[in-house]
Amino acid sequence: MFRTTNIVLAGLGGQGVLKASDIIAELAFRAGLDVKKSEIHGMSQRGGSVTSDVRFGERVFSPMVPEGEADYLVVLAKEEVAGNLGMLAPAGVLIEPDKVDLSQLTSRKSLNIALLGVLSRFLEFSEDVWREVILAHFPERLHAANLQAFELGRRA
Amino acid sequence: MPEVPKRRWFLSGDEAVALACCHAGVHLGAGYPGTPSTEILEAFDAWGGQAQWSPNEKVALEVGIGAAFAGARAVVTMKHVGLNVAADPLFTVAYTGVTGALLIVSADDPGMASSQNEQDNRRYAVAAGLPMLEPSDSQESYDYTLRAIEVSERWGIPVLLRMTTRVCHSKTVVNTPSYPPPPLRDPAFVRDIPSRVMIPAYARSAHRRLRTKLAEIAAWNERQGPNLLIEGAGSLGIITSGIAYQHVREAAPQAAVLKLGMTYPAPVGQMQSFAASVDRCVVVEEGDPFLVEIARTAGIPVEGKPEMYRFGELTVQRVRRIVNRDESPEPPPPPGKPPSLCPGCPHRIVFSALRDLDCIVSGDIGCYSLGVLPPFQAMDALVCMGASIGAGLGMRHVLPPAQARRVVSVIGDSTFVHSGLTGLVEMVYNPPTHGHVVLILDNGTTAMTGMQEHPGTGRRLDHQKTGKFVFEDFARMLGIPQVHVVDPALDPDGFRELLQRCLDSGELCVIIARRNCLLAAASIREYERCENVSND
Repeated sequence: MFRTTNIVLAGLGGQGVLKASDIIAELAFRAGLDVKKSEIHGMSQRGGSVTSDVRFGERVFSPMVPEGEADYLVVLAKEEVAGNLGMLAPAGVLIEPDKVDLSQLTSRKSLNIALLGVLSRFLEFSEDVWREVILAHFPERLHAANLQAFELGRRA
Repeated sequence: MPEVPKRRWFLSGDEAVALACCHAGVHLGAGYPGTPSTEILEAFDAWGGQAQWSPNEKVALEVGIGAAFAGARAVVTMKHVGLNVAADPLFTVAYTGVTGALLIVSADDPGMASSQNEQDNRRYAVAAGLPMLEPSDSQESYDYTLRAIEVSERWGIPVLLRMTTRVCHSKTVVNTPSYPPPPLRDPAFVRDIPSRVMIPAYARSAHRRLRTKLAEIAAWNERQGPNLLIEGAGSLGIITSGIAYQHVREAAPQAAVLKLGMTYPAPVGQMQSFAASVDRCVVVEEGDPFLVEIARTAGIPVEGKPEMYRFGELTVQRVRRIVNRDESPEPPPPPGKPPSLCPGCPHRIVFSALRDLDCIVSGDIGCYSLGVLPPFQAMDALVCMGASIGAGLGMRHVLPPAQARRVVSVIGDSTFVHSGLTGLVEMVYNPPTHGHVVLILDNGTTAMTGMQEHPGTGRRLDHQKTGKFVFEDFARMLGIPQVHVVDPALDPDGFRELLQRCLDSGELCVIIARRNCLLAAASIREYERCENVSND
């Protein structure tokens, strides 16, 4: 039985944290894995801190990643890094905005997808499926900007 | 009834309840928006169900009761505090019972992600005498919805589906078909006066009938209820329910587990033999010591969680600590940025004025509750939906005149329709000596819960046009001497001056500050455009 992969995404309301976690969860779901995704709605819509957990593997129990057990911590806002570092496992990977060259982004709003590009290099989902799932989460007029962001992160 | 497809889904607990309602052919869904329950009716509507927002949870439950009296399947959804509002019909519909099915979803919020308290609504099942199911993930949310409908129809009794934030809002895999939807009957009225008319003479026997039903359901739950026994590899046994079960399986993988799906009436016999089969039996449950008390009342020796874990949500780490009897202080949660009123939110102008005029603000539930935080700090009390008006009046009645004249009640549009109407009637009936000022913040939507419609928007849950509640007409109809309708964003200084004039007047005043929520404005324009097109 292979172990559960734990991913924590963090940022501020409006940055697309939940969209990013939806995309990862969908990839795991399409791969036929057991997957759980957890988040808190409500007050987070008003610009406050937002986090979302995604866990996948053969069998997942709690929908929340335990402290200190995240394999990947993806943080969209620099100021949210410190508060969430405790989630990361000792050998875990921190992915933060400075992993990509922000000046190269067509739209600053696509930062979430750029950081998914960085994350994608560590996960065993094929690049084609990543692209397919990302496109499925956006209207057509935003496809080019988000594909560009994904490439930017993937090649960073 | 639709054919249940063979399919693998990835759904939130809320969506899973809605899907089960669709598959069971539920005739009517009613509720009032409230985190974390809101998405149930939205998803039910999106999948073709008849779903509607009521002015408040009490009305929603009454609509559900009527439908279930008429032989239909009805689902009524609300957050935990909503069940307080609906408690009056709840206790008596337990007596009357139902002809069809009545499923009442209570979505509790342990940890208060978006609520004013963390009450444990499992207590309502005992207090009212209603069977209760507690799902732990989306698959169970789906299955238990169908089971609840079955139990409701078999015993003619309303059933409580008690969910919590992490079950409602976590997405997990759901496979269909799983539990089979019970066969559906068409609604039809059959007269049954002694069962449904709760005058004392009929209510006395109705109470006895309720207790008989509960005894039968307890026996059924003991034999065939949705309870799960997992063998362990050691001396530890854990009794648990709901989301805590998921944490337990991860925190204590070797433990024997008795996972209860129907926690009222609880399968006390199963709990008894489980506890006897292990050396140490711990009850791991979120919130109140509910199962612990049931076990101890029955003389079952169990260990509960230390009091410190009664507060907030459970997690895998906290369950590890409970199992290890670790009562050392927990690390404080990371600070994080608090939410705030959106930049450009029209409420900002209102709260700036309330702050600048040093008002004593009796506040209410909604986005505008954030007016309590810096830079405004312009809220002095907040209790429950609608309390701003009554509490403001109470302060006005007893404070010395200089302070009484500064009291303002602030309430949102959806909250006003929910339970501000009677407060306004109270103001007219028992007016304070120095008058009062009620500010209705009408931003054209139920913003807090994610832009739901309400009677004051004149659009239904599905955003189609319907009858409209008009705030100013209602206030004028009550004979309130000053009723002002203004857009504070057009003239912030003018708004502050108006508020000052109202406070100085010593009269009863209602100011309706009307401007659409920034986040909803584009959608509202689109709905209005569609209405105009269809009118042409």
